[in-house]
Amino acid sequence: MEEKQLYTVTVFTENQVGLLNQISIIFTRRSLNIESLSVSASSIPGVHKFVITCVSDRRSMEKVIMQIQKRIDVLRAFLYTDDEIVYQEVALYKVPTYRLLDEKNLEVILRQHNARILEINREYTVIEKTGHGEETEALFEELKRYDIRQFVRSGRVAVTKSPVEYLTLWLEEQDRRQSQMV
Amino acid sequence: MSEKITGAEALVRALIAEDVDTVFGYPGGYIIPVYDRLYDYTDQLRHILVRHEQGATHAAQGYARVSGRTGVVIATSGPAATNLVTGLSDAMMDSTPMVVITGQAPAGMLGTDSFQETDVIGITQPVTKWSYQIRRAEDVPWAVARAFYIASTGRPGPVVLDFAKDAQTALLDWKYEKCRYIRSYHPYPAPDPDDLASVAAMIDASSRPMILAGHGVMISGAEKELAALAEKAGIPVAATLLGLSSIPSDHPLYKGMLGMHGNIGPNVNTNRADLLIAVGMRFDDRVTGDVAHYAPEARIVHIDIDASEFGKNVHTDATIHADAREALAALLPLVAEKSHPEWLAEFDRPERVERDAVMDVELHRTSGPMTMGEVVAAVSEATGHRGVLVTDVGQNQMMSARYFRYTDPRSIITSGGLGTMGFGLPAAIGAKLAAPERTVTFFTGDGGLQMTIQELGTIMQYGVGVKIILLNNDFLGNVRQWQELFFKSRFSQTPMVNPDFVKIASAYGISAERVSDRSELGAAVDRMLAHDGAYLLDVAIDPTDMVFPMTPAGAHVDDIMLSRTEKYQLK
Repeated sequence: MEEKQLYTVTVFTENQVGLLNQISIIFTRRSLNIESLSVSASSIPGVHKFVITCVSDRRSMEKVIMQIQKRIDVLRAFLYTDDEIVYQEVALYKVPTYRLLDEKNLEVILRQHNARILEINREYTVIEKTGHGEETEALFEELKRYDIRQFVRSGRVAVTKSPVEYLTLWLEEQDRRQSQMV
Repeated sequence: MSEKITGAEALVRALIAEDVDTVFGYPGGYIIPVYDRLYDYTDQLRHILVRHEQGATHAAQGYARVSGRTGVVIATSGPAATNLVTGLSDAMMDSTPMVVITGQAPAGMLGTDSFQETDVIGITQPVTKWSYQIRRAEDVPWAVARAFYIASTGRPGPVVLDFAKDAQTALLDWKYEKCRYIRSYHPYPAPDPDDLASVAAMIDASSRPMILAGHGVMISGAEKELAALAEKAGIPVAATLLGLSSIPSDHPLYKGMLGMHGNIGPNVNTNRADLLIAVGMRFDDRVTGDVAHYAPEARIVHIDIDASEFGKNVHTDATIHADAREALAALLPLVAEKSHPEWLAEFDRPERVERDAVMDVELHRTSGPMTMGEVVAAVSEATGHRGVLVTDVGQNQMMSARYFRYTDPRSIITSGGLGTMGFGLPAAIGAKLAAPERTVTFFTGDGGLQMTIQELGTIMQYGVGVKIILLNNDFLGNVRQWQELFFKSRFSQTPMVNPDFVKIASAYGISAERVSDRSELGAAVDRMLAHDGAYLLDVAIDPTDMVFPMTPAGAHVDDIMLSRTEKYQLK
């Protein structure tokens, strides 16, 4: 068996209803657990971008990419390892304010973790931390002793390190294909 | 000034604009507006009323497979839509172009569990090439045009249009344009010249090449190109179950069928070949057996229009991502003229062993009950090997695929990937309606026939001249075979108490007779074929008859049983 590791899949699609289901069932059918998922409009009008992370081996993931790309309204799907992308996640921590009041180290913690306070009132304080999974996890460990009431972490967002924008090139190629048909 | 029409009217006009002449369907609550409009178009659009929605899908598949045209199904929402799922899955597995229209609750009621509402898109997405819900009348022309384009191009497949009731009755401005381009969908990639050159070099360097011809050969209409390449480079050709009839059975380079119950020659020589050229096939486990011991001496070339098939099941050394016909035509001038007499001679011994140890036993008995093989051979012979073979699933399927002989392309219609019992009868109806000039012979078992037997009513209503050959052993024979071979003859739930099928056929006004004596078979087959119209021949078959050769599931492709006790010896 090949070694398993975390892969990041990016998928660019047309703006059509039902694509999330079409993509997710490709993972479900192969019993692959999606670790995180983030969907948003991309920088290109009408094109949506999915960022999916999943632990598996390369061969399985390459097959998944082919299956995703086969869906009609999927433009392109790409597979990356962490070294090929710049990626980020954001985490929010809701902590009772009174637990923080006597904490002498709070400033140090926030500085060390490069976190910030988004909201503070008598009841609770919301702290935000942007970083890789292990970094938001580390702050979580640190804040645990203040009785975290709520914790949420976003899916991964990622851009490639490659100097070539493959999607843009591909879209230009499709425009040429269309103009040749007329 | 554009014309205002309803969504339902637009659907019917769009079907006609897509050159549809036949639809298979069944009306119901949320599709009545469409049926109302069909009523005014009966001269242009023939509607075949099936007896169950599953039958509509298989009939559309039979229609599509024999003609290459897109099969069309119309049904209502809820239970009708869920009844279509088997046919959709089957068409997806076997790359069959089909457009299926389902009625749906009004858009405003969706998600409220309204009467006969079901999540058709959610249910069908995993088993369709595309599915789309039409919620607004003005989307009808776009959606229908897109549906036909997607279903019929590239690797064909089924498409679902889920048509909300209020969109059927709302008005739109009628204007129709066929779809020719979808940005995210590139159905006909051009073969890469570098890929072609390297494959040609591999063919030229090979001394033991074999072509594996799949369904894709016929989908792309590459029969001539296949034969031309095989002849020029002297390459033997083997066919998958769905690739049968892509080359005539009597072609000197045709070496038989691949797979679990295929011919010994192509199966054992898969593991002797130094080059496999797979054309429009997908290395199904029934073809490869244990992939770890598949073709150990061969480099593998895979030609397919669907890039997701490359490397899916077996490792490939080269690929050509293109339509099979285009790829084969482009390869032809690049390969050298060659012949491989020594390699071709390696097919002789397995062929001889199969003839003596398997075929003679199956085909030339003189006493005892009849076998499936001899019935198939008799019918094939009596049609001059020009008929269309439709099968159900199980022993009847393997026996008819093996012993039918093929002269013309598109002569086998069978449920390959999904293995759907009950597929055959409605598929045969669809095939006959698409090709009325051809003799359609449908081989089935007593189990499979009873899964969709209500379609005898469709045969009756439209006078569809299907020849039904029931290989009747009062058993679920294929499971029985596995039980005898691998489960110590514990025949759990495989014996069947059957009705009088001749009486059932008669009740539907279909001529029928039962044959239990070998000496009466020939005359009965002649009567069946000479009869003008549908006919059911109920043939009493030896329940112990088994399909051999057999490569057990998961075994090596060259590990072949010749009989209950005997194995094929590789040396």
